[in-house]
Amino acid sequence: MQKNEVKKSNESALTKMVRHQMFIPLLALVVLAVFNLVMGPDFFKITVGQNSAGNMVLQGYLISILNDGSELAILAIGMTLVTAASGGQDISVGAAVAIAGSVLLRILGGGNSRPEELAAPIIVAFLVSCIVAMLFGAFNGVLVAYFKIQPMIATLILYTAGRSIAAWINNNELPVITDPSLGYYGGYIPGIPIPTPFFIAAFCVAIIFLVLKFTNLGLYTQSVGINENSAKLNGLNPQVIKVITYVIMGLCVAVVGLIKVSRIQTINYSVIAKDIEMDAILAVALGGNALSGGKFNMAASIFGAYVIQFLTSTLYRFKVSSDALPAYKAVVVIVLVVISAPTVKEWFGNMSKKFKVKEVA
Amino acid sequence: MSNNKTKASGGFADKFNNLTDTNLLLTITVVIFFLMYIGAMIFQGGLFLKPQGFFNLLNANAALVVLACGLSLVMITGGIDISVGGVTALVSMCCAVYLDKMGGNVFVSVLVALAIGLAFGAFQGFLVAYLDIQPFIITLAGMFFARGMTTIVNTKPFNVANEAFNKLKMARVIVPGMGSANRKGQYIDAYVEIGVVVAILVVIVMFCLLRWTKLGRAFYAVGGNRQSALMLGINVKRTRFLSHLLCGLLAGIGGYVYFLHVGSGSPAHASGAEMDAIASSIIGGTMLTGGVGNIAGTFFGVLSLGTIQNIVSSAGLGEAWWIGITRAAMLCLFLVIQSVVMVRKKKAS
Amino acid sequence: MKDNIVLQMKNIHKSFPGVRALQGVDFTLRKGEVHALMGENGAGKSTLIKVLTGVYSKDEGDIFLDGKQGPVAIHSPQDAQKVGISTVYQEITLCPNLSVAENMFIGRTSGMGQNWKKVNSDTEKILKSLDIPATATQQLETCSLAVQQMIAIARAVDMDCKVLILDEPTSSLDEQEVEKLFKLMRDLRSRGVGIVFVTHFLDQVYEICDRITVMRDGQLVGEFEIEKLPRVQLVSKMLGKELDDMSDIKGEQKAYERKAGTVPVLEAQGRVSDAGIKPFDFHIDKGEVNGFTGLLGSGRSECVRAIFAADRVTGGTIKMNGKPVKINKPLDAMRNGIAYLPEDRKGDGIVGDLSVRENIILAQQVLKGFFKPFSKAKQYEIADEYIKLLSIKTASADTPIKSLSGGNQQKVILARWLFTHPEYLILDEPTRGIDVGTKVDIQKLVLKLASEGMSVTFISSELDEMLRTCSRLVVMRDRKVVGELSGEDLNQSKVMSTIAGGDK
Repeated sequence: MQKNEVKKSNESALTKMVRHQMFIPLLALVVLAVFNLVMGPDFFKITVGQNSAGNMVLQGYLISILNDGSELAILAIGMTLVTAASGGQDISVGAAVAIAGSVLLRILGGGNSRPEELAAPIIVAFLVSCIVAMLFGAFNGVLVAYFKIQPMIATLILYTAGRSIAAWINNNELPVITDPSLGYYGGYIPGIPIPTPFFIAAFCVAIIFLVLKFTNLGLYTQSVGINENSAKLNGLNPQVIKVITYVIMGLCVAVVGLIKVSRIQTINYSVIAKDIEMDAILAVALGGNALSGGKFNMAASIFGAYVIQFLTSTLYRFKVSSDALPAYKAVVVIVLVVISAPTVKEWFGNMSKKFKVKEVA
Repeated sequence: MSNNKTKASGGFADKFNNLTDTNLLLTITVVIFFLMYIGAMIFQGGLFLKPQGFFNLLNANAALVVLACGLSLVMITGGIDISVGGVTALVSMCCAVYLDKMGGNVFVSVLVALAIGLAFGAFQGFLVAYLDIQPFIITLAGMFFARGMTTIVNTKPFNVANEAFNKLKMARVIVPGMGSANRKGQYIDAYVEIGVVVAILVVIVMFCLLRWTKLGRAFYAVGGNRQSALMLGINVKRTRFLSHLLCGLLAGIGGYVYFLHVGSGSPAHASGAEMDAIASSIIGGTMLTGGVGNIAGTFFGVLSLGTIQNIVSSAGLGEAWWIGITRAAMLCLFLVIQSVVMVRKKKAS
Repeated sequence: MKDNIVLQMKNIHKSFPGVRALQGVDFTLRKGEVHALMGENGAGKSTLIKVLTGVYSKDEGDIFLDGKQGPVAIHSPQDAQKVGISTVYQEITLCPNLSVAENMFIGRTSGMGQNWKKVNSDTEKILKSLDIPATATQQLETCSLAVQQMIAIARAVDMDCKVLILDEPTSSLDEQEVEKLFKLMRDLRSRGVGIVFVTHFLDQVYEICDRITVMRDGQLVGEFEIEKLPRVQLVSKMLGKELDDMSDIKGEQKAYERKAGTVPVLEAQGRVSDAGIKPFDFHIDKGEVNGFTGLLGSGRSECVRAIFAADRVTGGTIKMNGKPVKINKPLDAMRNGIAYLPEDRKGDGIVGDLSVRENIILAQQVLKGFFKPFSKAKQYEIADEYIKLLSIKTASADTPIKSLSGGNQQKVILARWLFTHPEYLILDEPTRGIDVGTKVDIQKLVLKLASEGMSVTFISSELDEMLRTCSRLVVMRDRKVVGELSGEDLNQSKVMSTIAGGDK
């Protein structure tokens, strides 16, 4: 043991940096940035222009990354917690966003698909959609914690049914809300040149960091995820904690639902937040968090989310169609899980050892 | 419980206790299927009363039967494969492009389908079995990859205009003695499509493989208890690899059966097919935890799911969302039943 | 090699990093005998068996088998099976979802096909000849545990094994089932199979075995004929104390004098959990140190787990300071001032990836509540205080606990519970697998805590450690409390004879 410690202190700054959890996402970011720079520096240009509503706003690829990455960053928060506590991922988030968005529109439209004015204040509609999304989160959580169904299979149920439920809530109609105030959440607030989703995401990030600082959420979820037996013997109730993480996931889903709906002032049940679960899982993995649960680094996950968005924007820039995107991201996922697989790590470890022995000889 | 189980004695309760989990879950499924079908015959009548109604159920679900067989196989071995729907879409698209735009021949297109399926199976199987990566993550990536590749091959849906293929597509296998008279009083033969024949062959082969071959029993052994299987001298890694490989092959076959049924290529094809296949397997009594399952059950699982769909749509709830919701509700119900069975078993031992 | 010897292991050495698990052990097994392999925790018997079955490779030494020229090389369980060494473990290593016949024959031949009719009829024959109450087509999980054990044995026997190792096969069986198993063992013995029997039930050893090999601390103590080794002697050999000077070593603690009318800190009546112990009564006074003793598997851990509600409690009452309290989950126990350091440090104690600091504050933090986390500064202060107090060797308070040595991990867990300032502290094997220095530290600490008024229950496999610290011992055998010793009775010979039980 002591030998190990001595070794560690002798490690060069470089190895320390490589070991750091932020290293992989940072490296990915740098590679992407350099690639984009080489392909044309206009990628980094930020201009002030007029948007369709006539506001003066900031424009450019970087701004759109910050804007479009908001949903992902918010979902990454919930996904990180769910992964940490239950050692699995929630694949129903996309479908759940559809439900949350649908509820929001149902309340705002009051059952009318082309309402002249809002049937209820946006805040009320949002709170109701929060409650609904949290209930669905609790449903997932109960299946996972109490019925001991693997998270991915348990959330498969909502993944299958979610978009149908969303369509059912609005009788398969697509309510269009013309009131401009709804558009503020996914677009711009008049007079502010920075897209609102960025503020919402920043707000959520701030909240979660405050929660992590001023409550024991982090300690409890990590303890449950690392050693459930031990957590139980220390007085924790692993089941309740798992359910709580899924409920928090539901809250994140509701916020994303608001942004998504606000962006287009309506909804498309089969397209809204499509495949976003994949990106959220990817963000957690890219942040260096083990998908098998346990210790997590929230900042790394959120940073990972923006890197994913960077990747998406880069692919879009090179005219990759949105339907083909998953193929590229799947390759990234496979590379990530393969290099983080214990067997592969061990193999690499052995290789580098052999290499070192050769060097010494 | 463990004591009174060694010797079977009279009483119904004892018999119930002696039911193995496979048989118990299978029985539940078969009973539910018949209740549903008979209920539909009585209350809804119509096509449910004609044999062709049943054959149409088979025609529509032949591909799903093949896919579900593959899933049952990996689930019995303790894994999962959610790439099958994506693979089906990719197979359809590749074969469609090959037959339509490249004027290929039908026989080679079958080989293309099998090759795609095997490639997915082999790659995913290798990562799962030899690198010990969670099958869910790998096959989730596989699913997204297959879906993305489908649009890369061709973005727009289109119908195949290939004479030889369309002949095969339209081929009917007449089921003797099951026909009925139509409105005008003409006698119409009952028929099934080629795909149904393939699906039934697959079911029979898989049933025999799982029931009577050593490899089949090794799948059960590995799914039941990986450590024990290792101690019993089974090559666990190879067995897991083979389960994914076979599932991939079946996804290829199922993809072709699907293609034969729809006769077109589209990125939206077979969307959610993996969920249907998993749900069918679970409804048919395959345990997610591995080691328990039966191909006959899977077959009935597919039929139950199809029947529910037919009932929902002929009951006037034609909207698409009812089908999604009922499917998920059934999946949920059976998952909970399984969980309860597992808890009961743990308590008993 | 002599004719009747079937297996001989000579001068076996095996080391793990930091531990010499086997040091020159010899072992001889004869045809047609049941040979008990005895020893307490850490004696090396399971290492010896794992070397024999190819799970571990040996560092030194040779294994000879009857009918094989020269030493045999065994590198895997499969190799062991090929040369005729079969093992049946405590946990059934068969597949419960397959039929009996499939379990007997799967994995034994290569090739695709299998004639199941022949397999079934062969299985029926074997089951009949060994008188095992099961049918070939029955699913394994519908058989009782004992029958499953027998089927595992039948598989081994049918694979033509000459050496059959039974590793604690009886620990989850009831008396009748054990009887059935013994019948099978006698049958096999008469067929000339050499059986190695590992168990911690003394009664069973004396019922069925012909010879005993005793190990202690990775070394061979000796091989004995069963008639020539009375129970008390066996226990003394296992624990490493000569019988002659045993009576001299007495409990070092003064008998705890109980004043009339003292209300015990904790009093349990008829407490029982679902972990398979008989209901027991127990009490402890303020400032008292007592202990549960008994051989491994006697139920001593299960008793304290039942008090802390670590297993599901199924009955009995608990009074704290005379007041009845409900303790149905660990948090209840913690709120009532009980702390429990579990036996399985890795599985139940440490939260491996978390830092030393987080591991120390965990329990108290849970007590304090979700919305009242200790500030970072406070956490470091606490961690540093306990690191100093217990002289925990760690690079920093932020080091993950899993990278500490066993002894230091244990100290961190101890710190965690001390920080909750319990009224009653339960230490289950706190000294297992840790270095001598730390052991002494922990013993001293226990006495110091007691002198400050804490009540402590101390469990250890090492009897002298118990005698050094405890003023009263509750003795357990076969999951029952069989006696309570204090004062004059608290000496080695008395404890051992109580543990051993029986008439010898």
